[in-house]
Amino acid sequence: MVEPNDIELLLNKDLLEKLAKFQAIELEDVEIELEEIEFSVEGSGGGGISSPLLARLGFEFALIRDSANRITSLLGGPASPMGIAVPQMMPAAPGLAPVAPAAKPTELIPETMGVPVGDYPGSIVEVKLGATKTEGGTRAVSYVIGGEKVLPFFNFQAETPNKPVIALDVFDWPKVPLSKAVKMHFREYLEDTAEWARVCVDKFGAEMINVHLLTIDPLIEDAPPKEALKTVEAVLEAVDVPLSIGGCGDPHKDYEVFKAICENIEGERLLINSVTLDMDIEGTARLVNDHDNCVIAFTSMDVNKARELNRKLYDFVPKEQILMDTTTAALGYGLDYAFTVMERCRLAGLKGDPELNHPMSSGTTNAWAAREAWMKMGPEFAPRELRGPIWETVTGMTLLLAGVDYFMMMHPAAVDALKTMINQLMSDDKPAEPTEWVSVRM
Amino acid sequence: MPAKELSPIEIYQKLPRTNCGECGEANCMAFAAKLVNREALLEGCKPLLDPENKEAYDELWALLKPAVKAVEVGVGETALTLGGEYVFHRHEFTYFHQPAIAVDVSDEMSDEEFELRVNVLNDFSYEYIGMQLTLDMLSVRSTSGDPDTFAAAVKKASELTNKSLILCTLSPDVMRMGLEVATERRPLIYAATKDNWKEMAELALQYDCPIVASSPQDLDMLKTLTHTLEAYGVEDIVMDPGTAPNDHMAANLNNLVKLRWQSVNEEEEHLGYPILGLPLVAWAVEEEDTIINEWNEAVLSALCIDRFADAIIVHGISGWALLPQIILRNNIYTDPRKPVSVEPELVVFGEPDELAPVMLTTNFALTYYTVASDIESAKLNCYLIVVDSEGMSVESAVAGRKMTADTVAEALANFKVGDKVKHRHLVIPGRSARLSGEIQELSGWTVSVGPLDSSGIAKYLDEKWTPFPED
Repeated sequence: MVEPNDIELLLNKDLLEKLAKFQAIELEDVEIELEEIEFSVEGSGGGGISSPLLARLGFEFALIRDSANRITSLLGGPASPMGIAVPQMMPAAPGLAPVAPAAKPTELIPETMGVPVGDYPGSIVEVKLGATKTEGGTRAVSYVIGGEKVLPFFNFQAETPNKPVIALDVFDWPKVPLSKAVKMHFREYLEDTAEWARVCVDKFGAEMINVHLLTIDPLIEDAPPKEALKTVEAVLEAVDVPLSIGGCGDPHKDYEVFKAICENIEGERLLINSVTLDMDIEGTARLVNDHDNCVIAFTSMDVNKARELNRKLYDFVPKEQILMDTTTAALGYGLDYAFTVMERCRLAGLKGDPELNHPMSSGTTNAWAAREAWMKMGPEFAPRELRGPIWETVTGMTLLLAGVDYFMMMHPAAVDALKTMINQLMSDDKPAEPTEWVSVRM
Repeated sequence: MPAKELSPIEIYQKLPRTNCGECGEANCMAFAAKLVNREALLEGCKPLLDPENKEAYDELWALLKPAVKAVEVGVGETALTLGGEYVFHRHEFTYFHQPAIAVDVSDEMSDEEFELRVNVLNDFSYEYIGMQLTLDMLSVRSTSGDPDTFAAAVKKASELTNKSLILCTLSPDVMRMGLEVATERRPLIYAATKDNWKEMAELALQYDCPIVASSPQDLDMLKTLTHTLEAYGVEDIVMDPGTAPNDHMAANLNNLVKLRWQSVNEEEEHLGYPILGLPLVAWAVEEEDTIINEWNEAVLSALCIDRFADAIIVHGISGWALLPQIILRNNIYTDPRKPVSVEPELVVFGEPDELAPVMLTTNFALTYYTVASDIESAKLNCYLIVVDSEGMSVESAVAGRKMTADTVAEALANFKVGDKVKHRHLVIPGRSARLSGEIQELSGWTVSVGPLDSSGIAKYLDEKWTPFPED
């Protein structure tokens, strides 16, 4: 209940003066129904007139009216120019609070909220990565990704059938430009790709390894395919998780190297990263199909291009061997594009588009292309050893929410944070008690 | 009606159709198209404001009003709009109002800490694509539970900052004292709960302030509260579905998603209000090091920003944690209907002579502004060719074949770069090294590969630039 002295604070002088000249008063948006003693405010805004004020106004108004009636009758005028006095409006005793308008609820009005129902005729295909001994390979684990039937982690509509996988990047070129915050974790292993991979698995919990074959780049060392093959074999030996094989971005050279690797390593269900629209699509696709590997269809932030590449691949590879990567841009450097293209692809796949219903892959390491991730900045933004990994984490988490199933990452802390996030989003735990924070001293 | 389903014709038919031009558009149809894109306000149509057109106005407003009400907090220049959103996915239309970020202070903090925090709120600023990104609000919380202590803290807060305020206490008595000293600031009241709603609703009405309806982890009760507050006469409501720390990300995400889906896609009654996210709950957990609290808070905040929160309260004030949050909200709330690009052209820096360096970048706004600011701060005299990469960064443009030797050669010719300088030596970005040979072949210019990041341009030019490298 509102204390009367609080209400008086709102009855400003101006309004009181108007009330004093009651005969001229016209409260445009106030309607007073005498019979029911109900007040209602019409229109929004109401000039800042609040309900307690209205209640008080009604009371004052009634007083004035009664007073007017008395004055009129004293002066011998016509009876009740202002209508009949309403005794209910009179305070029982001076100083008591006015009666609250009847319209105000006194109890909560019980409601139930609807649960969003999704209309998804489609679903994302499942893709198996890697092969264990019983599956014809030599890996200790293999993973199935994809299979979603609803938007990412809409647990109230359906469970997430398969956990997204986090793979760490290793490079076969010691001079690969790495930021300080990343390099500090791998400095000793830059010359030894296999050892680098082993550390990623043993120490940093990599679920898969992406071997990036940069030395094959004609602009770097133009290393021959058999050198690349040796590197991949060494990594296969050093770790027991599935591998993805990354090229250098030169469409011709990449094909040559993928060919050597696919033809010499059988049964491991490798993930070839990647096939692009300007590569020999048929050739690459046949390699993937003939040797039972998987492939990432890489396009540059364009839903239609993604569709086009998938369509071209379907002639040669089963859908269950294709991931799609629509390009990851870093937080602050086009993440909004990356996020929206992925979200559109996932939504289209669920809505039944048969050319976009693939698990998605993200080169989350691209987060480090943002200068805010690695650059020395003012002391207010220090230390960059934290700024970098949180940059990669936020980039990755945003794309996780857009539907990414396969992450290629770099910084151990970001890997750990995203893994934790994935586990939490999958678990669907509700807190038993609301978190008390309002009165907590932090 | 969901914004995505609205057609200009539908709007046009309800407009006066006088083509008077008072709105600044050529005709009513053009204005209707602007309205549908939310690029114009209904109030722009003066004849529509005529009382005799009230019916048409009301009908149009019913069609055009956002599914999530735009709630105003604060007054004057620092007033904020929370909500005012139309769609679930940003690609369906666009998001309009970035989530406001509020910094937390409490009434038992030392003066020193209190002031430090307010200073961070006031002074934090980061330049990004030609914009200054800043923080928005101060959240003043009562940990003391004492009305006078709270009033003193709110008074101090209003003296130290003119940014909008949130007052946090579940005690109506404490809240009243806070409102008493800040009533002119129109703060956001946190919060009405199932236990105190009547007293808090009275305060919201009495002081004419927006109010948060809070029902952690119970959405039925949240809707119960918003309906009850509406019936009580409260119009400006913000919803708090509860934010839980660490292990409960699924609950956080699902609450946010359910609320926004029901308000926008289903237009469910009593739910069309902005949402408050509370990443600061990450500090309610005991951790080995406060860095972990701050890290967890930043990640939780990012989740809230990605998924529909219209305002958030944070406790951590370290730049490394705040920077990703303010940039993320800027990214997510960028209008996807407009490419973030600049005009392809030849940009002149300083006063370059005929031997000045010629460099190259793409027309992705962020790339361009980054390069331009590095060149400007080093006070270089040079030419910069901005190639049309359809708004992509160098790396993506090269990978996606948006920037090729052809487009570069074309730009060199179109912008008549050869007329400006005597030499034929072009420096390309390090991330486009792959194109160097081809560009050289196609354009006839000697191509050098510059640094990977434009922060290295000054050093590169200083050490390596010569107009005639062949000599």
